[in-house]
Parts: sequence; C-alpha cells; structure tokens
Amino acid sequence: MLEDKDRIFQNLYNDLGPDLDSSQKRGDWINTKEITDRGRDWIINEIKESQLRGRGGAGFPTGLKWSFAPKEVGSRPHYLVINGDESEPGTCKDRDILRFEPHKLIEGCLIASYAIQAHVCYIYIRGEYFVDGQKLQAAINEAYKKKLLGKNAAGTGWDLDIYIHYGAGAYICGEETALLESIEGKKGQPRLKPPFPALVGLYGCPTIINNVETIAVVPTILKRGGKWFASLGREKNTGTKIFCISGNVNNPCNVEEEMNIPLKELIEVHAGGVIGGWDNLQAVIPGGSSMPLIPKDKCETLTMDFDSLVAEKSGLGTAGVVVINKDQDIIKCMARIARFYKHESCGQCTPCREGSGWMWRMLERMAKGEASKDEIEMLGDVTKQIEGHTICAFGEGSSWPVQGLLRHFKYEIKKRNKFDPIVKENKNIPYLVDQHLLDKNA
Amino acid sequence: MSLRKPAKNQPDIFEFNSSSLDAAKNIIAKYPSGKQQSAVMALLYIAQKQNDNWIPLAAMKYIAKFLDMPYIKVYEVATFYSMYNLSPVGKYFVQVCTTTPCMIRGANKLVEACKEKISANECELSDDKNCSWMEVECLGACVNAPMMQINDDYFEDLDKEKTLEILDKILSGEKPMPGSYRGRVNNEPENSRKTLMDLKNA
Repeated sequence: MLEDKDRIFQNLYNDLGPDLDSSQKRGDWINTKEITDRGRDWIINEIKESQLRGRGGAGFPTGLKWSFAPKEVGSRPHYLVINGDESEPGTCKDRDILRFEPHKLIEGCLIASYAIQAHVCYIYIRGEYFVDGQKLQAAINEAYKKKLLGKNAAGTGWDLDIYIHYGAGAYICGEETALLESIEGKKGQPRLKPPFPALVGLYGCPTIINNVETIAVVPTILKRGGKWFASLGREKNTGTKIFCISGNVNNPCNVEEEMNIPLKELIEVHAGGVIGGWDNLQAVIPGGSSMPLIPKDKCETLTMDFDSLVAEKSGLGTAGVVVINKDQDIIKCMARIARFYKHESCGQCTPCREGSGWMWRMLERMAKGEASKDEIEMLGDVTKQIEGHTICAFGEGSSWPVQGLLRHFKYEIKKRNKFDPIVKENKNIPYLVDQHLLDKNA
Repeated sequence: MSLRKPAKNQPDIFEFNSSSLDAAKNIIAKYPSGKQQSAVMALLYIAQKQNDNWIPLAAMKYIAKFLDMPYIKVYEVATFYSMYNLSPVGKYFVQVCTTTPCMIRGANKLVEACKEKISANECELSDDKNCSWMEVECLGACVNAPMMQINDDYFEDLDKEKTLEILDKILSGEKPMPGSYRGRVNNEPENSRKTLMDLKNA
C-alpha cells in the first residue's frame, strides 16, 4: 500500500478543508515562483521525466503534449483548457478534486499556462457538478484576492485568468475537440484531426487540453521532482492515481493508490471486499464503462496500470472500477451501458448513431432470451463496423464493452438464446417461407 | 442520440429581468471580444433559471438577438444538450441516475419511489404541477450509488425508504439536506478507511 506521505491528494476526504489557508499548510502555492523561475524547458522536461500520462482516459504523455505547443506566441494567443466533463460511468474522481483540492488544480493551471504560454485558461465542468463548480469558483475568487491569479499571478510575472465554463449534460463533450466546440457555443460534435488542437484549437488558436487530475498532480511533481513520481508504479506507468471503486463492493470509495496496484488489493483492502465474498465476483469493468470487462479468473492476478490492462485487451481508462457480482445479470448490465451510449452518441457519424442503438436493442433482447443464435455473431459484426469508422473515439468506447461481453460471456448469451430462425422440424407449416431449405436437408 | 422536442404551449415573449441581465453581461466578459457566442450555454441556463426550470422558444430567440447569432444556432445548442429542459418540469426536477453502477446497486427502487410519489411516468408533472422526475444517464457520483439529483443538489447513498422521505419533504415544500443518506463522509470507504488516518484523527 502506498505510504501516506506519498499521497498527492491529502485532502481527498476533506479532513482538512479546501480553503486557501489549509491548502497552503498542505504545501500548495508555497514556491510557485521558484518553479516558474526555472523556465519552461525545465518544467516540460521534468514532466517528461516523471512519465506522467494523462489521467482522462487515453493516457497520452503529458510532457510530450505540452511540447507540441508552439515555442513562440504568434498572432494567435495560446489557451489552456481543463477537461472536467467527467461523465464516464464509474468515474467520480474529478469531482473530489474540484470540491476538496481546488487549489492544487488552480496552481497546476498557473504552472501549465506558464509552460505553454497561455494567458487564459478555461475549466470545462459538466453542468451536473454545478455545486462543486461553485466551490471551485470560490477557490478561484480567493486566489484572485490573494493575487495568486490575475496580473503577475503569485509573483511569477505571468498573467493568468481562469474562467469556468459549464457543460450541459453531454458525455461527448469529454472528447477534447467536442469540448472546444462546446466552449465556442456550438453543439458538442467532435472535429476531425488533424489539425490537432495544439496548433488549431479553441477559436482556431493553439490549445492544450488536459484532464483535471493530470493538472492537479503537476505542482506536486515539480515540487518533489519528476524522479520521485517516476519511482512510484513501474516504467511508463508511473505515479499515483485516484481509483473509484463502485458497484457490488461493501464499501465503495475513492482512493489514491500507486499505479500497478493489484486489483484484488484495491477491492479487498480499500473497498471492503465484494458483496458475498471474493468467490461471488463475476466480472470487473476496470476503467470506466468504455473499457471491456474482465472476468473473475483474470481478476486474481491483474494489476492496474495502462499497459498491463492493454495486455488483457482492456484499458485503465479513467480508473473507474465497477465491480459486478454474481447476483447481477451480466447481459443486462452491458445492455444498460449500451443504452448509455445510444443516448449519448452525438449523431455526427452514422455508424455510431445507428449502431449504438442497434447494439442496445440486440442486447436487450439477448438479456430476455429473445434473440436468435445467429444474432450473437451479428452483434460482434456490428461492433466491428462501428469501431474505427467514426470521427472520435466514442465509436470504440461504445463497441468495446460489447466486445468484452462477447469475448468472455458468449456462453452465457448462447445459453439463454437458443432460438433458431430456420425451422428444422414441423414440416407442415403452410406459411413457412424457407420450406425449400428443409427439403434439401431431408 | 436523445430525441428532444419543444413544448406545445409556448409563451409569446421572454425577456431577461435585471438580475439575469447582469449575470449575462458578466458571462460574456469571460470570452474574447467577438466570441460572445461562447456565452450561449450559460445564457440558456440563466433563461432556464428565470423561467421556472425550462426554456421557451421565445427565450432562444431573445438570446440569439442578445448574442448577435442566428436563432437556429441557439436552437441547435438548446436541443443538443440534455440539461436544457424544453418543456415545463416543475419547481423541483428530480433526476434519478440509472446507469450500470447505480443500476446494480438498486436504482430501480428509486424509480419505483418516484413513480409512487410524483407521477406514474417520467417527464410528467405531479398533481400539484410542482415536481417531475426522469431517468438520466450517469451523474458522476458512482461511489455514492444509488443517487439522484434534485435541481442542483446531489442526494447520495439512497434506498427506497430514504427516497420516499426526501420526496415527501420536497412535495410538502421543505428543503431536504443534500449529500449522503447513510451518514458517510464524502467518498471515504465507510468503516474500513485505511489511508490518511493521521489526518482523520487529527
């Protein structure tokens, strides 16, 4: 288990209070000027050395992303955009950062803005988190009052303004280019890439987009050194991560742990075990609903980091662990996820718009046992037709969970859906259309 | 995609009152000059708040003029995002999360409670026209499942009895306390917390 002194989010459970004074006691804002005085290249290199990977789901190396921003500011200003549109089912980590550790985020915004030369930062928060957004706004106001933001923010000589932009209940706005469209006041439909936002982003200007958690860990990394962060976890999967453990566990919770922690330890030690005991475990969704589920036998030895989960044909995603025990109907659980994607598809690309509804309807019928045998293969086919044929990664996100179900629980679907559309017996049905097929077999 | 249609009965006129007008001007100042269209989402929220939790077409037209953008662009935004209510939902708008993490912890019991107390079908006003409910997708409080949102507040760690209690309160005009209904503190594991214990006991 990670030692308490290595936990970045000391106030994850709000034991100490989210206000500026308590945050400063925890080490926020104490030497921001010293960090920025060391220069942009040092900051970006230190982040590269820490091997920090984006915490929003895709796991892109943060230092590398920052280095894509143009070195000189041309006629177009640079922007920093923080993605707090946390809508992936199973994930609720950013909410705790917004309400309990807002100053880590704000300080991170200042450092990141300095590193990529942005004077304006927008924090995009999902509309449902209005109350938590107000808490962040209070922290921002506090920071302005203490001159930690605005002109010459925190004495660094850098000017920075932070604004909150609320979303309005669209999952797709968590996709970075849809998020930019949304800030520009349009419907949140993803853009084609390239051009990448680092060159053509918000209002056509160079824009760096990072997740809330990614930015909130940056100040601590720079204070304690990239080496310290890289010493946690394992190569290329370094540092700590907030895991959200939900579903059929005795004590669902958020907990900050080292990368590469065994899944079993996460569930047994922190979340109080599976309801009905470990043997009652059926499957685990390891990284938010987009990631394919993993059956129990693999959960015994599974470790939680980006690469080891990819090896299991799943992914760490947002590290929202959803535990499903044997009291649940696994097909129904996945049908509900398919309904989520059907509801949240933005409607821009046909494979996703039509296919997500298709998958949902098929799975609903399979849960009831009303599907025919050959539809199981057809469902797999539909997922393949969606995957890779859409503008954004939402197509993959909606088809992967279904593929995971087919990979590991096909026997369950087959057991329940035995209906064969070709009638092989009962020859005396006058209206039977495929009578000729029977004659051939006879 | 979700299918969303404006209400049949629409008021003829809509105008921001003075407090909405101030709020709108503050919002527009957040964005670079000439990019006032960015404020459309926030302005729709302001209109929704002013107009008892829903947005009439007149408000969209008003906002279009206010931001100097085509009406259809405002209409597009208002119909795309699911948090803009295009028909009356009552003073108390109950949203029950029923996505998988909540579902496997018994969100259907919350739905039953809403059916008993508010209305038989979702998106239907209660008898006193004060309240309505609907099933929504993940609200992002999965470790506090099952949960629901009433207007801006989250009510977490619920079961059927507690939901009935909360609904009774709002139907009789009281304001129930938001937060966990199992007495747990924020998102810590109940009874089995093993991390940051020094701070907890401090």
